[in-house]
Order: sequence, then structure tokens, then C-alpha cells
Amino acid sequence: MCGFSGYFGTVRDGRALLERMTAAIAHRGPDEQGFFTTKAAGLGHARLSIIDLGDGQQPMSDATGDLTIAFNGEIFNYVELREQLRAKGRHFRTASDTEVILHLYDEMGEDCVSALNGDFAFALWDGRRRRMVLARDRMGVRPLFYTRQGERLYFASEVKALLQAPGVAAEIDPVALDQIFTLWAPIAPRTAFRNIYELEPASLMIVQEGSVSTRPYWSLEYPDREAPPRHRDERAAAEELRALLTEATRIRMRADVPVGAYLSGGLDSSITSALAAGMAPGGLRTFSVTFDSAEHDESPFQLEMARALGTHHSAVACGEGDIAAVFPDVIRFTERPILRTAPAPLYKLSSLVREAGLKVVLTGEGADEVFAGYDIFKEARVRRFCRRQPGSRIRPHLFRKLYPYLPGLRQQSAEYLFSFFGASGAALDDPLFSHRPRFDGTAATKLFYSGDLRATLSGYDAAEELAARLPEAFARWHPLHQAQYLEARFLLPGYILSSQGDRMAMAHGIEGRFPFLDHHLVEFAAGLPPEMKLKGLVEKHILREATKDLLPAAIGRRTKQPYRAPDSQSFVGPGTRDYVQSALGDAAVSAGGLFNPKAVAKLHEKCSRQPASGFRDNAAFVGILSTQLWLTTFTGTGICNAKAA
Amino acid sequence: MTDTIRDAVKAFVIENFLFGDTTHALADTDSLIENGIIDSTGVLELVAFIEDHCRITVADADIVPANLDSLARITAFISAKTASLVAA
Repeated sequence: MCGFSGYFGTVRDGRALLERMTAAIAHRGPDEQGFFTTKAAGLGHARLSIIDLGDGQQPMSDATGDLTIAFNGEIFNYVELREQLRAKGRHFRTASDTEVILHLYDEMGEDCVSALNGDFAFALWDGRRRRMVLARDRMGVRPLFYTRQGERLYFASEVKALLQAPGVAAEIDPVALDQIFTLWAPIAPRTAFRNIYELEPASLMIVQEGSVSTRPYWSLEYPDREAPPRHRDERAAAEELRALLTEATRIRMRADVPVGAYLSGGLDSSITSALAAGMAPGGLRTFSVTFDSAEHDESPFQLEMARALGTHHSAVACGEGDIAAVFPDVIRFTERPILRTAPAPLYKLSSLVREAGLKVVLTGEGADEVFAGYDIFKEARVRRFCRRQPGSRIRPHLFRKLYPYLPGLRQQSAEYLFSFFGASGAALDDPLFSHRPRFDGTAATKLFYSGDLRATLSGYDAAEELAARLPEAFARWHPLHQAQYLEARFLLPGYILSSQGDRMAMAHGIEGRFPFLDHHLVEFAAGLPPEMKLKGLVEKHILREATKDLLPAAIGRRTKQPYRAPDSQSFVGPGTRDYVQSALGDAAVSAGGLFNPKAVAKLHEKCSRQPASGFRDNAAFVGILSTQLWLTTFTGTGICNAKAA
Repeated sequence: MTDTIRDAVKAFVIENFLFGDTTHALADTDSLIENGIIDSTGVLELVAFIEDHCRITVADADIVPANLDSLARITAFISAKTASLVAA
């Protein structure tokens, strides 16, 4: 797990540029740096040593010197691949997974990616064919950004490295901003930066003189809803799931350093921790975040699970003021505006892991996408149920059951519940039916746009663009699978794995590993009948069945509690930090040009007066504040002092 | 009287939910939910405003879109409630 940067094309003093680019992402690889340059290309690498600590330096060339790679991530099946390659007569100089990619590329060309089971992004210079191959893992765990400047192409693990390249300037992309303020994330390849893009998950880019081509090498697919089910026997499916998950965890324990685990107290991380605990020779270390506020805190469940597994457990408290204290740094690493503060506690958590001396953690991320854990899946099912009997005064009460933690719903009538969830609105054949209330509710934050931004975006509809990006087969999938696809293909890489995942962990040089995102498990789960995943309104049913012997009953039966953190209330009240006042003040908002200063002032005043504001006000507050911090951090626009002193 | 109530409610909606944005053409019959003006928390803010400003009590059974989902409906609801108080 590391960071890399590079270029294709002729660059004056390329080595010095690579040093600057790599220095900008040194947090991703604090152990060592390396560089490679030719007349036509260059690679820089910042290494976090996890496998083959002595000999795994990068960029790494093959024995001929024709192939050179800079690689970020891990190939978890590298042991098996190495044995297969040895059987073909190939000789290895190191014990690293990096060298396995070089040999595999030599054998198969860029199609080698289909043999890799891992979380990876890499740039491979093929001197024989004078081309650069860029690749990214299937689910989008590891990042890879690029930008073109005339005939040159620059690429890196984070945008901040690209900003070191000549001619590359940071400027907000208003369309990306609108996508965030509707969908919670930009639609790849777009990023928050104008003219800077990300390579999409499961994609290859081939760069050679005069041409750049990009293509997917894998796609997430679900069965046609009319097709006979691939799995009919629930017990057999549970056994297969357990075997796949155990194997996915086993190969993710491979490292030459100790592997720990995040433990949220929920089902998913409890399962990964339980499996890992049986595979950690010296005992497992687990790590959690706790909150002062009861509505966010899960520490009783964390402690129960840690006791049950006998792990060496550590927790970091996220108390009043802690989120505001780190928020400017969080935005420096997310490199995009965000609508929720949820990444901030994870930033603190990775710091705790680093202080404990670990570099690698397993997490339960991905289970909610793969096994239908999110409330939005249940919500869509209830909305369809309500639509069958629109006058019912009973059915809409199910919405309250779905969201017991939302105070605004507790006192609402059936009629209002029906209205809030759009049960009367979206067409049943709308491809975005499952997510329409979320997108519409989020889009209400655009009320704060400035006149100029509204004019720039006139006629643009982010949800419409998302719908246009769906595959042709989407219409033939079961509604639950359609909803799962939207989460797994867009929000997972676009927000969960990036803003909450890679970027928060790598800010402190921590590698997250995700057993639930092993592509064999993902493909298996996609083929399961919907009712094995969401049984009635019980989420992740088959996963619970497959792992019930691993967990205390209270954990195994737990209803999904979404991971949330205090939003606007983190930034108001006594002890408000100066940067908040400054970033949301008239001068900074006017200078940024994106929001209406008077409306922002009223929002700030309202949230200060009444911290328990609803979803829209919280999302708008965090979205505007993070955008203002983004502008200050990356463009220097605005006058706010973003230091969290 | 009705115009006064309507104006007060409209001013509250513009200030509290539209944050002073008067470019939003809010017709008396526009749905506050369908136009993204209020969410579930917003309804409770609206109820608190009505109770504080008009000195009436809004029963749980009264918190329905038929009473509160447009300026016209809110105005009619408050007028009827106030009239029933006077009659009593």
C-alpha cells in the first residue's frame, strides 16, 4: 500500500517533478521513496512497506529492464500466482506481489489484471511498446487520478500530486459540485477539480504516443429477474458464502507486518474481526471510535465483541469539538466537498492505529452494498408496498420503523410519512426509484447556490446523467439489484471507499482491507436471489445465517445502525472555531462565488440557534463549509483561515 | 385577518426554509414537500411556529399534509382553529 505519481510524454527535469509530486503524497508511503525516468515517461513511488519489507522497493523493473511498475495496493492472491508463474519457468528476485504483476504482464499483457485478486492501482511502463498501462481494481478501493496537458499525461494516487505538475491548476468543476450536492459524489471519471479525472474502477488505460484509450475489464452484473435463480437452497448458499468469506479474509491477512481490524460494533466488522481473530497468530488488535452522544455511540457493542473475541482493543473518543478540530485536514485529504462529517472520526481512528504501530486493518466495509444492508433498500421496498395501497393509514408507519433514530419522523402522521418518502411521486419504472427521495432531498441544498452558479448549471440534471450511465441490462434486473448496483457502482467508490475509506486511512499511512469486496464474493452475492439478502425487512439475511456461530446473539441479531457522526452541531455553540466563522462569512462566501452569502449567513444562524436541524440543513451546512475549505485549501480563494489551530 | 396570517406564514417559510431567497416563486397552493421546501424536521418547525405565533395548539392528528402542505392550507387551518377558539 503506497502512493505513486508519474507522467507520459517529454518533461523537462522529470526527476525533480517526480520528487515534488511524490512528496505531496508522502503520507501514503512514509517508509521510502523511489523514482524512474526515461525520455518518454517517469514514475515516482512512496512506499508503505507491508510485504517483502527488504526487497520490495519501487518503481520496480523486470530483469530485462523493459518493464517498470509503480504500484499502490496489494495483490492478495500473489502467492498462488507466483507459484503458477514459477511452474512456467519464471524466476523471481523478490518475494513481493509487485514482481508478480511484472511477470504476469510479461505473460499476458494488460489482460493480466483479470487474474489479480486485490485492491490495486498501478502504472506500468512498457519500454518495448513505448506505452504506459494504468489500471485500477474492480471495486475502486485504490485511487488513480490523471490530467492531460497537451501531449503529456500526468497521473497520481491523489490530486494534490497532480497540482505540482506544470500548467495544472486547481479549479472547482461546477458540474461535479452539482453532482455532489445531488448524488453525494461526483460521477467518475469527473472529480471536484476541473480537467482532472479519475480512472474508473475495473478499468484499464493505455497511453502511447498519439493515443489514449480506456476500457473496462470487469463489470458488476446481476441476473435477469425472469431468469431461473442460480441458488435455490439457502443452506447451501450460506455454506458457500461462508467459505468464500473465510478465504477472502484469509488472503487479506497476508502481510509481513501485523494486521489489525476496525470494530464498529455492527454485524459486518464483527464478522471480519471474528474471522481474523482465528487467523492472527499473536492475537488480534481491534480499533473503534466512540462518541459522546448516545445516538451515535456503539461502544457497548464494540466492547462486547472485543471481549467475546479476546482482542486487544483500543478506542478513540470523538467528543464535542473533535470533528471541527480535524475538519480542514479531512477536506485536504478527501480533496472534494462532502455533505456529512462521517469521514472525520475515521481520520481520528486511522491516527489511533498508526500510534499503535500498525499499518494494516481489515474492515467490514462493502457488506451493506453486497448483501443489501442499507436502509435505502428497505425504504424502497416499503415505498413500493405503500404504492400498492395509497390510502392506507397503516403501511406508511413502516417508514418510522426503518428510521427510529430520526427524531423528525417520530411524530409524523401516516399521510406525511407517505409524502416524505415520495411514495406518491416517482414512477415505479424510474431506474432511480430506490434513490429518488435521497437525491431529491439532497438536491434541496441547491437553494444556497449563488445566481452565477445557477446560471452555469442551467438545464443540467445530475440524476439524469446518472440514469444515462446505467448499463443496458439494468432494466431487466430485480428492483433490489438495481438499488444495489447504484450503491455499489457509484456511491461505494465515489464516497465510501474514497472519502471515508482510502483517503482517511492513508492520511496516516494505514491500509484498509475489505474482505466483503473480494470479487469472488461480490460475484457470488450478486447472483443470490433478492429474498436471500433482504428477507422481508431483515437486511443481510444470508450473511447472518452464514456467520451466526461466530457472533454473540445480541450482535448477530442487531438491526443495521448506519454509521453517522454529528453534523452541523459539530461546528456551532461555545468554542466555535474561528475558521468556521470565517469560511461562512460574507467575504469568503462572496469570494468563492458559489453560494448566496445572505442565505448562508441565515443557515449558519439557524444551525447555531437550533443545532438539531433536519437532513437538508445539515447537508447544506457541511457541504457549504467543506466547499469553502476546499476552495481555500486548493485554490487559495476566500479569506478564511483553514488552520484548525 | 386571513391575509395577515398568510403573510406571516409566508414570511416564516421564506426566512426559515428558503433562507431569505425571494427568487423562489412560491404560490399559495404550491406543495411545500413536493417543492423540497420542508422535510420531516421542517414540519415540526412549522408546527412550533404556528403554536408560538398564533397561540393555538396543534394536535398530532392535525399534523397532516391536508392542513399544512401549502400556504393556502396553513392559512385556512390557522383561521379555522382561531375561529373555533373565539366561538368557544
